[in-house]
Amino acid sequence: MAVTRLKGSRRLQIGLLVTLTLLAPFLVAAVLPKDRLDALYHAYNGGGVEVDGPSILWRKQFGQYTSVNANYYIDAISSASIDAVTSASPYKEERREKSIGGDFLLNTAIMSLGYTVSEENDFDAKTASVSLSQDVFGDLTTVSMGYVRGWDQIGKNGDPQFSEKANRQRYRIGVSQILTRNMIAALNFETVSDEGFLNNPYRSVRYLDSGSASGYSYEPEVYPKTHTSNALSLRARYYLPYRASLLGEYRYFTDSWGVRANNIAFGYSHPHGQNWIFDVRYRYYTQDDADFYSDLFPNRQAQNFLARDKELSRFNNHTLGLSVSYEITPKDWFFIDRGSINLSYDHIFFRYKNFRDLSIGGVVDQEPLYAFDADVLQIYLSLWY
Amino acid sequence: MNTRLVIVFLVVILLSGCDIKPWVKPYQRSHLADPIMQFSRDPVSTAYINHVYEAREGARGAEGSQGGGCGCN
Amino acid sequence: MHYTQLPKIVRVLALFLLVILTATPHAEEIMGQAPDFTLKSRSGENLKLSEFRGEVVMLNFWASWCGPCRQEMPLLEELYQHYKPLGFTILAVNVEDASSDAMAMLKDIPVSFPVLFDSDNKVSDIYGVEAMPSTVLINRDGNIRFVHLGYLPGYEVEYAREIKSLIQE
Repeated sequence: MAVTRLKGSRRLQIGLLVTLTLLAPFLVAAVLPKDRLDALYHAYNGGGVEVDGPSILWRKQFGQYTSVNANYYIDAISSASIDAVTSASPYKEERREKSIGGDFLLNTAIMSLGYTVSEENDFDAKTASVSLSQDVFGDLTTVSMGYVRGWDQIGKNGDPQFSEKANRQRYRIGVSQILTRNMIAALNFETVSDEGFLNNPYRSVRYLDSGSASGYSYEPEVYPKTHTSNALSLRARYYLPYRASLLGEYRYFTDSWGVRANNIAFGYSHPHGQNWIFDVRYRYYTQDDADFYSDLFPNRQAQNFLARDKELSRFNNHTLGLSVSYEITPKDWFFIDRGSINLSYDHIFFRYKNFRDLSIGGVVDQEPLYAFDADVLQIYLSLWY
Repeated sequence: MNTRLVIVFLVVILLSGCDIKPWVKPYQRSHLADPIMQFSRDPVSTAYINHVYEAREGARGAEGSQGGGCGCN
Repeated sequence: MHYTQLPKIVRVLALFLLVILTATPHAEEIMGQAPDFTLKSRSGENLKLSEFRGEVVMLNFWASWCGPCRQEMPLLEELYQHYKPLGFTILAVNVEDASSDAMAMLKDIPVSFPVLFDSDNKVSDIYGVEAMPSTVLINRDGNIRFVHLGYLPGYEVEYAREIKSLIQE
């Protein structure tokens, strides 16, 4: 494999193992996740893209050591996104994702296994995951590590001969630490490494072409066959004495394609009475473009790798979000212990710094920088039984 | 950066010594046990919003939610 | 390529499993007089530990927000019903500041043994409660014989074994 074992991640694994061996005498109880059923309706609308659909999660404990879960998720996509309007083809399609998983109580640790299959008419992905979580130091610290393996099968509408593959791996390690009676923090590190066909078969880059009427022409994008990234995040929650909580998050990301990103988020949760919980949140994300990204290349095949994917451009986004949750405590509902009805709304402002809006047109390389707003809505019911 | 992380990790834990006593007593954990103190109260919602961001941003990983990635284009 | 990766993962996981499966047992056998205390019970009267000398006593420190405590409660009720006639009692010590959440939980999970309120956590400190729940088994002479930290499914079997042995002492 082109990107073989990462020395860092192997040392991490050994380090974690040694640490846990030393901590063995201090291991205490772990608890399986509670039985629940969640039915969510999600809807995204932004930049000409509309995606909506359900997400259903079911989780149930069997016996004393096992909890099983299953998830069914659909993205019904209708897109006339900027990519589709200007060069890629517009489409209407559906992505269906099914997952099953299990959590197993092994003495004082929890091992989780999962398998996911995602299907759309030109893309199939299978993912397998395993993770271990352990409480130590009198339950003040939880150490966890996970490994995810993915297999992608990429096709292309209108080209039955087209068939490509990509393999993905993720290693994750995290520590969650109770700091005081009112504060908990978590540090997470995740390294992702992909190899194979990593670009979008429909997307193109543009290059300066005086021979063309618009002043530019298109050619297919060319990506490296490997992509490795590292992300480190720190989160903390703080309990306010009148019963409310604050959330702070920061993540730093860097990868082998030259993308560097930072995001920071704040949240505030405010319960009201016995039944209501209100959440407000703000998130800011900023990233630097990939080394081989350009909105307009000077000529055809200007470099060995070419990308004009706005996700790899230099941009930032701000999100403002609000959630409301109402707890229903059914007295005579058969076997339901409690439930909640939830509504969540996020508004995301995307502002691109070096990706131009070609749908508006203008002088080549002076078209307005692309920007759009997105609405994200979630309505869901959660039941605990 | 990975190696340094591991070393810091180990040093912090080992230096604390094997005789560390939890400084927050188990019976003082009522606030921490409150659902509003969880990092993610609703796993389905959290997974969804993480997917919204990961599909539109260059960054991925360390969001804190468990389980396999989405593997979508 | 995957081949060289897989065995490493498997090795790491296998060792990890070995470590946690052979972790130190959660119960310790310690000797010593159980410190005496007086706490208000849910019936309103004050109960003193030494009043129960002559019976086998199980002290269970619990809280309504503690998941394993809620799991354990009905099983303790079963043990109480079973061994009470042989000279056994359970004193469930609630460690919360206010009794309202505890009383609400007792409505959902009713128990017939005495429930005491240690709202200022003095008794929890004296007993060095290190995990929730904590279970202390005291013999007829008032000596601590077994201590259990936390609750995992299957502990109730050990409790039964230990209670039997203390009753027969």
